[in-house]
Amino acid sequence: MSLAPQVLPWAAALALALPLLAGAACFVVGGRTAAALALGVAVLSSAAGLVLAAGVADGGVQRLALGGWAPPLGIAWRIDGVAALAVALTGFIFAAVLVHAEKSLDLLRGEGLSEAFRPLALVLLGGLNALYMANDVFNLYVTLELVTLAAVGMVALAGDSAAALRYLLVGVIGALAYMLGCGLLYAAFGTLDLDLLAGRVQPGGTAGAALALMIVGVMAKGALFPLHGWLPPAHGSAVAPASALLSGVVAKGGFYVLLRLWLDVFPATGAAPAAAQILGTLGALAVLWGSLQAIRQTRLKVLLAYSTVAQLGYLMVSLPLIATAAGHASGLAGALHLMASHACAKAAMFLAAGSLIATRGHDCLADLKGAAHDHPMTAFTLGLAGMTLMGLPPSGGFIAKWLLLDASLRSGQWWWAAVILGGSLLAGVYVFLAVSWSMSRPPGEPSDSQPPPLPRRLEFAALALALVAMALGLVSAERIP
Amino acid sequence: MTLLPWSQAAPLLMLFSSFLAGIIIFTLDEQRHVLRATLNLGAAAAKLVLVGVVLAGVAAGQTFEVAWPLVGGLDLILRIDPLSMLFITLSAFLWFVTTVYAIGYLEGSPDRSRFFGFFSLCVTATVGIALAGNLLTFFFFYELLTLSTYPLVVHRGTAESLRAGRIYLMYALPASTALLAGIVGLAVLTGHTEFSPRGSGLAGVPVEDHGFELRLIFVLLIGGLAAKAALLPLHGWLPQAMVAPAPVSALLHAVAVVKAGAFGIMRVVYDVYGLELSYDLGLSQGLAVLAAATILYGSVRALAQDDLKRRLAWSTVSQVSYIILGVALAGPTATLGGLVHLVHQGIMKITLFFCAGNIAETHHVHKIAEMNGMGRRMPWTMAAFTIAALGMIGLPPTAGFISKWFLGVGAVEVGAWWVLVVLMVSSLLNAAYFLPLVYRAWFLPPDDATAGRADAKLTLLVPALVTAALTILLGLFANTPFTPLAWVRLIAEADHI
Repeated sequence: MSLAPQVLPWAAALALALPLLAGAACFVVGGRTAAALALGVAVLSSAAGLVLAAGVADGGVQRLALGGWAPPLGIAWRIDGVAALAVALTGFIFAAVLVHAEKSLDLLRGEGLSEAFRPLALVLLGGLNALYMANDVFNLYVTLELVTLAAVGMVALAGDSAAALRYLLVGVIGALAYMLGCGLLYAAFGTLDLDLLAGRVQPGGTAGAALALMIVGVMAKGALFPLHGWLPPAHGSAVAPASALLSGVVAKGGFYVLLRLWLDVFPATGAAPAAAQILGTLGALAVLWGSLQAIRQTRLKVLLAYSTVAQLGYLMVSLPLIATAAGHASGLAGALHLMASHACAKAAMFLAAGSLIATRGHDCLADLKGAAHDHPMTAFTLGLAGMTLMGLPPSGGFIAKWLLLDASLRSGQWWWAAVILGGSLLAGVYVFLAVSWSMSRPPGEPSDSQPPPLPRRLEFAALALALVAMALGLVSAERIP
Repeated sequence: MTLLPWSQAAPLLMLFSSFLAGIIIFTLDEQRHVLRATLNLGAAAAKLVLVGVVLAGVAAGQTFEVAWPLVGGLDLILRIDPLSMLFITLSAFLWFVTTVYAIGYLEGSPDRSRFFGFFSLCVTATVGIALAGNLLTFFFFYELLTLSTYPLVVHRGTAESLRAGRIYLMYALPASTALLAGIVGLAVLTGHTEFSPRGSGLAGVPVEDHGFELRLIFVLLIGGLAAKAALLPLHGWLPQAMVAPAPVSALLHAVAVVKAGAFGIMRVVYDVYGLELSYDLGLSQGLAVLAAATILYGSVRALAQDDLKRRLAWSTVSQVSYIILGVALAGPTATLGGLVHLVHQGIMKITLFFCAGNIAETHHVHKIAEMNGMGRRMPWTMAAFTIAALGMIGLPPTAGFISKWFLGVGAVEVGAWWVLVVLMVSSLLNAAYFLPLVYRAWFLPPDDATAGRADAKLTLLVPALVTAALTILLGLFANTPFTPLAWVRLIAEADHI
């Protein structure tokens, strides 16, 4: 007998509600209690994700109706393998970032910032978990909005109100466009549930316009090219652990929603092939533009932020591959693998950057010489995580790249393969620029005198994330549903 | 609980013996010199023992294979066949010797845990390349090799070495992109990337319909591998990389990097396309011409160098192409010559780099012009150098003679008389850039008459003497069992060529 019916609703409820409740609780309690609470919730959420994944592997895709009301009257959550693993991975990344943040925020900004960081992080975690499991277009909207608001708060933590305000504005405009699309869909087809929409949507102007609006909305929120302009200043200026969450996890939120629409609703509109080519082209431009901008940067965190723009471009390039029969399976697997491994790798790199800023006070590439000598583990982490960005084996990025290449050749669209290969070469250049200074020695005789070592937890938190990105390169892609 | 059967455990042990050592060394405190040296030598010795046991097994016809599903229905496969053992035995032996040398060479310098950590990763990658049972696995470790050599090349952290490292990556990364494109193309075309005897894996592909794709994929694969094998016109990084510490040069030139490229070319020609198809598509002929051009060009450039290590580096550019020439000529005897040169070139070139390192470390001499009388100041080192240099020229009874003999006979056998001319000119050029140097060292008086006799310390000297002795022994006893030549014959007979 399967355990699924008893356990899964509880695991899902835990992942959805506990972070939000704990986030509220963090305002009441503070200090060590709150720190332990936040970390514990992140770990529990990750464990809940694993339970859900086991349940899905056991009993197939789960649909849970809130309060027992099935759609179209009630709201349903859907838990598939992707959502379950996303919950698990997100919880793990949050746990690693919280371990880092508890120490590094004090070093970076003085006492007290972590008190504000914890509730924001927990609300963000709850919002993301809900986003992964949402199964109707309105719920996707609400959860994406929750995520955006918490993320804007995180950017504002660093005190760069201009970047935060810009992020907020773009987010609000994106939300408006998305809402308008939702309204059109509801008016035309009478439901917001993704499963029901998939059956009811008819090709035509309304569906096309609605989906166009929704796609533009999530592109703005998800920093997909050409609506990416808010991302580099926001992620580059946020305090490093916040950047790790934003660039690692939150940045994928927009694309995740796009993918859900793409897979469930889009095929019925008949507009998929044309839209796929347009979005793929924008993705190719994102890869090119983001990489070239990353190469030009002189600060590590801004470089990493532009690299996120480029990596999101690969995700868009996967759409024209997913839209074909021959490339559907490997294209989709590649996009998901890229999201997972890039999430870990980018979070690791931002944490490593945070560690370096904590000891050196800045992240100007030219002045970070000798880091491989002073803090070998942090420099190693940067290099290791950089391998995923470049798509080199043995990293998760390699599996993703292989799958995307396979999909483009299989579907006879070799030009997307050229984009992917060219992009990874450019990634090679900016990862090199981000890492190579650490190997150079500052002028003068090498001395055995070490600067004060970084707190162990800073180094290990980043390394753990980089190692998971690496481990994803050894996991067979076929084992991920 | 059941343990892995020996046929699966052996490849994994070979891989992980150096990997685990590397990981532990990374975490070691900088001051733990004795423990680090013990780990290094212990792992190297353990691998040698393992190699010995497996060699006996392979000679007796045992098979070893372990696989792990990775992506798109393709597996990571570690498989031991005679050809992989040729490469592994070479690299395991040279790794041991180089480790001894490196421990002595780096005494007192900073960041040794980092150095030896990456050093071990490098050897792990080389073993992985040798054991790879398909192109996917090969690529997996090929990239690991690039990434683990970079920190070694830039180890000193000077502007010069950083530049060398940058140039290394500028060649390596685009090349591996081409390689990957070729591999994915092959996987999509045939559904697998398996190495199989005589290229039977391509048997299902109608050559007439896919001639263009097959040629394109071949060019991408060989292009990607040629950058590591320093084949013209992708050779430019190798002379630059000579600024690396001497043990790293040994690694680049003899143990791992250029060898990985040459070995990969063997795999593609023998086990992916097969000699027949390579010839029918007109691909191996092109490769032979390219290899011949590289042989001559490298020798000519070596002639013009005044820096000792730079001259040796150009000489490598030339010598590695002997291996590729042997493969590309596609005759049975030339094949023997090419395969055996993989080992012979490694042993001779590592001797030369050890000696160059000794001269630089002991007397701070880097230029050939400063080598007058070096034979009197460092007789043992210069004796080893001289033997290896004579081997490179191809004089009997050294190992280099065996390689050239088989290459020459093999060329005549397939009617490629022009190759004889190439070999003759190249030998003359080799003599022209090595003999004056040897003459200078032994017969000219030292510039500084007061300079006394001071040879390198033992940890630096013994490795050079051991490999120099092997240069002669492998030549003298080439026709007995247990030599590279005997093993190469086994490969050719038992396997596929």
